[in-house]
Amino acid sequence: MAPPQDIAAEAVAGSRAVLNVGEILEPAPAELLRRRIFGHAGLLIGSGVLLLIVMVALLAPWLAPHDPLDQDLTRKLIPPIWHDSAKANWVYPLGTDGFGRDYLSRLIYGARISLLIGVAAMCISGIIGTTIGVAAGYFGGKVDMMVNFIITSRLSLPVVLVALAVVSLVGNSLWIVISVLGLLIWDRFAVVVRSSTQQVRNLDYVAAAQALGCSKARIIMTEIMPNIANNLIVVATLEMAHAILLEAALSFLGLGVQPPQPSWGLMVAEGKGYMFFDPWLVGIPGAALFALVLAINLMGDGVRDVTAPERRN
Amino acid sequence: MLIYACKRLGVAVLVAVAVSLLTFSLIYLSGDPAMALAGEAATQQDIEYIRKFYGYDRPLAVQYADWLTKALTGNFGYSHYLRQDVAEIIFSRLPVTMILGACALVFALTLSIPLGVVAAMRPNTMIDRFALTLAVVGQALPSFWFALILIFWFGIVWRLLPISGTETWLNFIMPSVALGYYVTPAVMRLTRAGMLEVLASDYIRTARAKGLRPPVVLFKHALRNAVIPVVSLAAVQFGFMLGGSIVIETIFAINGLGYLAWESIQRGDLPVMQAIVLILACFYIVLTYLADMLNAFLDPRIRVT
Repeated sequence: MAPPQDIAAEAVAGSRAVLNVGEILEPAPAELLRRRIFGHAGLLIGSGVLLLIVMVALLAPWLAPHDPLDQDLTRKLIPPIWHDSAKANWVYPLGTDGFGRDYLSRLIYGARISLLIGVAAMCISGIIGTTIGVAAGYFGGKVDMMVNFIITSRLSLPVVLVALAVVSLVGNSLWIVISVLGLLIWDRFAVVVRSSTQQVRNLDYVAAAQALGCSKARIIMTEIMPNIANNLIVVATLEMAHAILLEAALSFLGLGVQPPQPSWGLMVAEGKGYMFFDPWLVGIPGAALFALVLAINLMGDGVRDVTAPERRN
Repeated sequence: MLIYACKRLGVAVLVAVAVSLLTFSLIYLSGDPAMALAGEAATQQDIEYIRKFYGYDRPLAVQYADWLTKALTGNFGYSHYLRQDVAEIIFSRLPVTMILGACALVFALTLSIPLGVVAAMRPNTMIDRFALTLAVVGQALPSFWFALILIFWFGIVWRLLPISGTETWLNFIMPSVALGYYVTPAVMRLTRAGMLEVLASDYIRTARAKGLRPPVVLFKHALRNAVIPVVSLAAVQFGFMLGGSIVIETIFAINGLGYLAWESIQRGDLPVMQAIVLILACFYIVLTYLADMLNAFLDPRIRVT
């Protein structure tokens, strides 16, 4: 049994700890996270705009005032309503393109294509990149060397050129474009996941799991993956934006999404010929693309800042 | 240093071999190359004849070895569409793309390095915010759209610059800006981060304490050290830009490698496509190798690990 004065001292120390005002006022981690999220303008704006575009894409059939594929040359090239023109009217708020298709409806349906390609290509590249990145980071040694070699080889290939060449040789359906992009842009996933796994795998809780006799698969899934998840989310947003920009470039060059589908990149390409008199045909879809990519990037930067504020810049 | 250089060279050669294998396999991506060459109206006999004539009936390994040894001696085959040697076509187009890439890189560096330095000197001020905003916006701008905006304002509305061709140096301004801006965010962020780290270091404090003039401290002591990683990034980005110039060259009708690549893809001219992919990839490999060597030379810590 401890001497009585020790117990008294402990009691005093304990009451001091309880009475420590600074500690009582320290907000809980969840509250801190909430404050960081709501104090981050970029994250809020980015997620807000992205949410809006996602809603527009999901509700496209109800939001679009016309059929995006419905052509009528008698009503071609109506300017948008803010133009000081007799032809501008509220039936076609953003005007019509060179085939007389409603530009607003095409823009709304175009959001579906951009988001679908962004998400799907990001998933494919995420699975490939995370798998080989975790393998390299966790097993190290020969596996790591092999993965590094694969990443270097992949980085040496010019992405746009190879994507164009492959799509032109294999044929261009939406799913081929998605697969080609997914198979090409996993490099950043692999690099980031590899280095974060290397950091995590030497921590005590991984050693503890190993000591408990957990299988490698279980350690990777339940100890490593949750702890690299925030880095993974940041890369995922970056790669989604990357995939969307690449699809737009491919479609712009005529080898991505095929007409008459309303891809934003394709809309810019189709509007290019009218740029001299009707620059809005290029301006509107390009601005939509810019807004979407900017929103995704802002969200990604925001997630990084909020989950790991010390790693900003 | 020599051991490190040899090791890295070995890896670079292996990567080049892997890339050449991938490039070679492009022929078989579309199915039977003999059938593709023969065209739709060809009979079975024609296809067999073409297959024999071009050696597509040989084992794949033999075909690859043959193709690679020829490519190594500068023989990239024959373009059936242009009826010309592929190497000849490519080397007539290569200088334009190199000039464009160099101009774009110069533009990117002259914009991003000063901006990064200024942002690091005054962190969290208006100018720092401005630089970061520029970086975020730059990363989100689709390059082809940005190029069209430039064409619209500077070429069509204000009529300041020519919108296509390569006749004078004025023709290179807009394409260089459109191609180079894409690199600026990465370089600016790296310069800023490097400068922030260096400016907080002990030797900068010593230099200041010695009473050196601020410009001397900034340029001679700080920037020199901060710029080391930027050099290797710039080399890597130069390689990316050559690959990305396909979009810009197509928009500005610049008769370089990128435009050639786009034309050959449209025509299905495989030997030209393969040669361009292989050359750009090898160029990138050489650039990253040189960047690594430069880094190892400047920073002895890299050589040891």
